[in-house]
Amino acid sequence: MATTDILLAGFGGQGILFAGKILAYCGLMDNKELSWLPSYGPEMRGGTCNCSVVISDEPIGSPLVLTPDILIAMNQPSFDKFVKDVRPGGKVFFDSTLIENDCTRTDIELFGIPSQQLADDNALKGGSNIILLGKMLKETNLFSLDTMKKGIEKVVPPKKAALIPNNFKAIEIGMNN
Amino acid sequence: MAVVFERPKSLLDVPTHYCPGCTHGIVHRILCEVIDEMGIEGDTVGVCPVGCSVMAYDYFGCDMIEAAHGRAPAVATGVKRTNPDKFVFTYQGDGDLAAIGTAETVHVATRGENIVVIFINNTIYGMTGGQMAPTTLPGQVTQTTPFGRSPQLAGYPVKVCEMLSQLTGTAYAERVAVDSVPHIKAAKKAIRKAFENQKAGKGFSIVEVLSTCPTNWGLTPTEAIKRLQDEMIPYYPLGVYKDVEEGVFPAEGGNE
Amino acid sequence: MERNLMKGNEALAEAAIRAGCKCFFGYPITPQTELAAYMAKRMHKAGGVFLQAESEIAAINMVLGAASTGVRAMTSSSSPGISLKSEGVSYIAGSDLPAVIINVERGGPGLGGIQPSQADYWQATKALGHGDFQLLVYAPASVQEMVDYVVKAFDRADKYRMPAMILADGLLGQMMEPVTFPEINPNAYDKSDWAANGHKNARKHHIINSLYLKPDELENSIIQRYKKYDIIKETETEAELYLTEDCDILLCAFGATARVVKSAVNSAREMGIKAGLFRPKTLWPFPVKEINEAAKSAKKLLSVEMSMGQMVDDVKLAINCSKPVEFFGRTGGVIPTPTEVLEEIKRIGGTL
Repeated sequence: MATTDILLAGFGGQGILFAGKILAYCGLMDNKELSWLPSYGPEMRGGTCNCSVVISDEPIGSPLVLTPDILIAMNQPSFDKFVKDVRPGGKVFFDSTLIENDCTRTDIELFGIPSQQLADDNALKGGSNIILLGKMLKETNLFSLDTMKKGIEKVVPPKKAALIPNNFKAIEIGMNN
Repeated sequence: MAVVFERPKSLLDVPTHYCPGCTHGIVHRILCEVIDEMGIEGDTVGVCPVGCSVMAYDYFGCDMIEAAHGRAPAVATGVKRTNPDKFVFTYQGDGDLAAIGTAETVHVATRGENIVVIFINNTIYGMTGGQMAPTTLPGQVTQTTPFGRSPQLAGYPVKVCEMLSQLTGTAYAERVAVDSVPHIKAAKKAIRKAFENQKAGKGFSIVEVLSTCPTNWGLTPTEAIKRLQDEMIPYYPLGVYKDVEEGVFPAEGGNE
Repeated sequence: MERNLMKGNEALAEAAIRAGCKCFFGYPITPQTELAAYMAKRMHKAGGVFLQAESEIAAINMVLGAASTGVRAMTSSSSPGISLKSEGVSYIAGSDLPAVIINVERGGPGLGGIQPSQADYWQATKALGHGDFQLLVYAPASVQEMVDYVVKAFDRADKYRMPAMILADGLLGQMMEPVTFPEINPNAYDKSDWAANGHKNARKHHIINSLYLKPDELENSIIQRYKKYDIIKETETEAELYLTEDCDILLCAFGATARVVKSAVNSAREMGIKAGLFRPKTLWPFPVKEINEAAKSAKKLLSVEMSMGQMVDDVKLAINCSKPVEFFGRTGGVIPTPTEVLEEIKRIGGTL
């Protein structure tokens, strides 16, 4: 695929922008063209939050993703708002712990895993977003696992480097669920 | 023949535009005497205001910058921060410093900016022809207070030294006057101290100079001096309002 | 060269430091605040000065003070803050000082909004302050161009002794893209004949000033400045021409909007509509020669902007109204979509 439009959405504080950054760095690692665009403003401080990531083999036009190929949704309002915009043939990954799937579309694939529950069960506080990335990785092959790990290593700040193994573990959990 | 009196070298030999009897000339002179005595003309950058002293850049021999109305302290900050080894002063009137430039004045002081502010308080806007200044006294008649300044309508005068002395960044605040020889001598001493403070890196220094405006007060120069003595000094008492001998910043690392 | 991933706002700051910017004076405002935060972190290490001013007005005047001494100085803000800076920008222009001003635009008027906008085009190119003067205005369309044009802005500001602006928007400021930093060796311009940095008793005193009480002297100073502007109009225009050689419809867009428009132009081409894109990279001077070159084969022009239509006036002037010029825009922080623009292209295509 020449261009993949990804939209990540949820509450502020769920690590939406962080997960988007990992994908952006994966693109950088793979020498792709890419863009990362956050929603900004008051939503950064606790409201809804979303993030557009475009990965492409060509220079990127609009960095704003309106019709995603991949949607990662972490709360009900985001799921309800964006699932109708997903491009036919697109894939949706969502946290079934927090989101009730009442989507009737048949032209897209929906993958719900209880990422929040899985994070809690595995003592991976705040790892729900990364678990969803793992699930996405398995179902899309957008990047290799190796690239994903490198992306994580780039995004986790040096003083929190101790958290890198936890992120790897979260990816693995996502891939196996 | 011994020379007993001459123009300070840093006060250029050009005609000024000041009105007869105006005390700007005295303040220019004592400021330049200090600059000469300290031998710092070549290392000094001055900033002019908008107001009667707007063209002082033509009179001072050091490098000069003309600022927008009220913004001289911000301009001086830009100069000093990028040239900490230079002496930087502003020369501002009451409208410039205490009305339109109040924010710049308060913040340059609270930052403890290591500069000198020479503040000319003559209780009136001179350049525009005699309107109410932030320092206009209650009851004072100006073009825009034709029945005398009414506190109910126009509020009270700003007492700059009193206000700025409340700020931690202010190292030195003194009010002086140029109505008599002893007062002029004291004024020069205060200006010298302000520059010495800058040399020692003590923080923000301001010298408020009670000054006259015979033209817009509608008085002769001698009557104007008398008004300064009888009406202004009682309202704006002379003296040192703040003097932090050790400077406003902790000895080490406190400047960041 | 190593590709870094950076936000537009951060790239602007890093590029400025690498271009020899020695001081930054700013005040927080969304959506440009990351720039100031980056400066706060980096400037000290780079041996420069970062200072958070008490207001936009103070910040631009601090820039004026630093620039007066010959130091490369910068400030940044977003639309409402730029309005406050306009006084200082006019004084900087009137005092023939070099300085770089960044505007990461948001929606207006008034407090407006915080989402991307291009509604300050008129302000930047026509009237950023009182009096007869111009700024150089650069309109980057990617994070990489943010870097490239900050470097150029500092150089040209020094070269011509005038303020230069980067006119960006919230989208460009907030987005991350790969960016490389070229080896930058800033040209050293000799400022010793005008800088007010202490004469060391070795030269006549320098005066930085914009006051001329005699009308003929003021007029002359402005005429001299406009002679310089004429040279700039001849030599400093820059534009991207994309698929314009055979185009029937020429779209005109700058900055982030041009990216959206390019996507729409590509879609139109796939449908057999001969669309092309003219993207000015300098908004002042406006690339007049370049747009006439781009519009040679075009039957109609369409200006697309994040505003109610501002650059469209310059488009009409530049081609001397020789062809019909239409306008499509979204404003208030709404970003036009490639689909919307394509619909406009199709609509116009049907009228050719």
